[in-house]
Amino acid sequence: MSAVHAAPPRWRRGEGLRALLWLSPWIAGVSIFFVYPLLSTVYFSFHRYDMYTLEFIGLDNYRYLLKDARVGTSARNTLWLVLIMVPATVLFSLVLAQLVIRLKAGVGLLRTIFYLPSLVPMTAGTITFVFLLNPGTGPVNQVLAWFGAQGPDWFGDPAWSKPSLTMLSLWGCGQLMVIFMAALLDVPKHLYEAAAIDGAGPWRQFRSVTLPMIAPVLMFALVTNVIYALQYFSQAMVASRVASGETDSAGSSFSPGYPDESLLTLPQWLFHVGFRDYTMGYACVLALLLFGTSMIFTLILLRQFRRAEEVS
Amino acid sequence: MRFVPLAVVAALLGSTVLTACTAGKEAGPSLGAQPQPSGSASQALPAATIELWHGFSTDAEVKAFEDAIAGFNKKFPQITVKATKGVQDDQITQAIRGGKAPDVAASFTTDNVAQWCKSGAFQDLTPVIQQDGIDLTVLPAVARSYTAFDGKQCTLPLLADAYGLYYNKALMKGNEPPKTLSELTELTKKLTVRDADGDIKVAGFIPSVQYYENSPSHIGPMVGAKWYNDDGTSAIGSDPAWKQLLTWQKELIDWYGYDKLDKFRKSLGDEWSAEHPFYKGKVAMILDGEWRNAMLANDAKDLDYGTAPLPVADDKPDLYGSGFTAGTVIGVPKGAKNPQHAWELIKYLTTDTSSLVTLSNALRNVPTTKASMESPDLAKDANFKTFLDIFSHPKTSTLPASVNSVFNQEVFASFITKWEKGSVPDLDAGLKDVDKQINDKLKLSGG
Repeated sequence: MSAVHAAPPRWRRGEGLRALLWLSPWIAGVSIFFVYPLLSTVYFSFHRYDMYTLEFIGLDNYRYLLKDARVGTSARNTLWLVLIMVPATVLFSLVLAQLVIRLKAGVGLLRTIFYLPSLVPMTAGTITFVFLLNPGTGPVNQVLAWFGAQGPDWFGDPAWSKPSLTMLSLWGCGQLMVIFMAALLDVPKHLYEAAAIDGAGPWRQFRSVTLPMIAPVLMFALVTNVIYALQYFSQAMVASRVASGETDSAGSSFSPGYPDESLLTLPQWLFHVGFRDYTMGYACVLALLLFGTSMIFTLILLRQFRRAEEVS
Repeated sequence: MRFVPLAVVAALLGSTVLTACTAGKEAGPSLGAQPQPSGSASQALPAATIELWHGFSTDAEVKAFEDAIAGFNKKFPQITVKATKGVQDDQITQAIRGGKAPDVAASFTTDNVAQWCKSGAFQDLTPVIQQDGIDLTVLPAVARSYTAFDGKQCTLPLLADAYGLYYNKALMKGNEPPKTLSELTELTKKLTVRDADGDIKVAGFIPSVQYYENSPSHIGPMVGAKWYNDDGTSAIGSDPAWKQLLTWQKELIDWYGYDKLDKFRKSLGDEWSAEHPFYKGKVAMILDGEWRNAMLANDAKDLDYGTAPLPVADDKPDLYGSGFTAGTVIGVPKGAKNPQHAWELIKYLTTDTSSLVTLSNALRNVPTTKASMESPDLAKDANFKTFLDIFSHPKTSTLPASVNSVFNQEVFASFITKWEKGSVPDLDAGLKDVDKQINDKLKLSGG
């Protein structure tokens, strides 16, 4: 037993120091880019901080969270994106990838056509979409009118604004499609042959062969897209701003989330509170809320993935 | 394994210390902290290059501003001004925060004046104003109010905007511009043209706050509505003027039909393009700033239009002639490397009659001092003069400086948008709720 408590031999101590030396870039990175910002956020969340002056106010920022109606609105909008936009985008990318790899001719052309939108800068793509879907002057509703259909008010109607953003997301899903294509092409052919011999049809083959084989990629797509949806900012902000036509001239102020706060996401509200209102302490509370939510979603997804892996 | 937790603890401690230190950065020399040369002695300031950030961005605006700076250079040849165009408030704030503030910064909006004054982000100009014997009463009281907060004059007005009524003479069919809200309603109904389906082809006047410049702060002066009580809390729910204005507005919207008006509004061209509906004869009367005169001169040369003060509440005829005003403000940020040089530039740009007149003639904005407004060199056609008169009217008002200026305007505008749609069952209760939201936020901000 005494050997257990004895000091480690010199070479063991040297090994520990070497390990620390090798780990030091990681430790420095995590400390600077994760631990420090996280602790700063917690620290400032207990303060009134307008970027210049700092005053300790205890839990006031947290209490205000309960009074802030826009937190609920923005959280609901963000949740909508997580529950509707993410599955729609992942599913659409998967279907596209399936279609493209099955084609005999024109694969390269289609792959390029579907991939190209993901190269378009976010802001430019969003402005173009708002222009295309303008109810009065946009070509989409004009084309619909030729067929006798009355197009909706897309980005101007709270019921259509988030579906319009989802369409934008589907349009730009080329990158995910390419990832799925790589995963699908990686599935060994003999598994499909064996399944076919066992009498499995296309759907059964997809469920029993394709899905289990691409599960890690699917999980990667889900986790990254959920995190992306939780941090959804630029497209919603630009679409809101362009569609509302509001300006920031003297005595005018832009209301985020147009129309009717339907495009107000949690990161947008956080940005607004921090960098427009300069209530940085409260913005830190919102940042912590967002961080906590992201962690919970990611953990749930990873747990589900692990469970599915164990079952398979 | 013992080393890693130790390293993490060390990192945590280090970062906490760093965090605690972050907010306390000290800046450069303060304006007026020491006796400075004033009057003719200020001409002897040592040579220096100062940085000026401003929001002007179009070629014409930038040239006009550079011309004004050239006048300063004649007076102070030893001072070089390095101007940076197209700068927004966010960038100014970040620069001050990061210790890289310019010597002089100008902002198009007055929304952040209170925050900048309260926090000391912009230096209080009072000591040097007094030292140089500048009489601020040459500025209208309203311009003094939107450039100061809590007794600190941390900015000065560079140029101002005033808001009034533009009307298309052809569409007015010989009618005089309305002076009261009931006249505006009557004329709007008379001038509006609909098609067989009831869709709007030409609108007399669009009363929605969602239409371009019809923000709550711009329409409030039509009824003399108050934003804040003396203690800084919201007066929106307690001032009956807001209720009067919103009731009038809703009645006119309901006459159009909200859906019809909304459809029409969304079919209109961009506010900042040559497709503006006023240029195209789609709206007979609009609320707009004096700067629209310059845009009309460029984009709709043949349009026969007139300008007038905004119509006012029927029971407050004394308000007629007044309107909303605010404008570009300029100041010395905390951390300016050459604050005294910066002050000389600000003093020149905001008080020198020739500079203000040059800028005003080029940008078609309202000059702020009485001397510049009365200068024979100021280009004054009848349409522009309307706005000079509105600016100098004693009842002309502004959005008073508040630490939550942006939030307060948004909350109220969002509420009015719901009200327009008919989603607010009880106006009084809704306005009280706006008060509550503003007051809760004010407490959080320590206002």
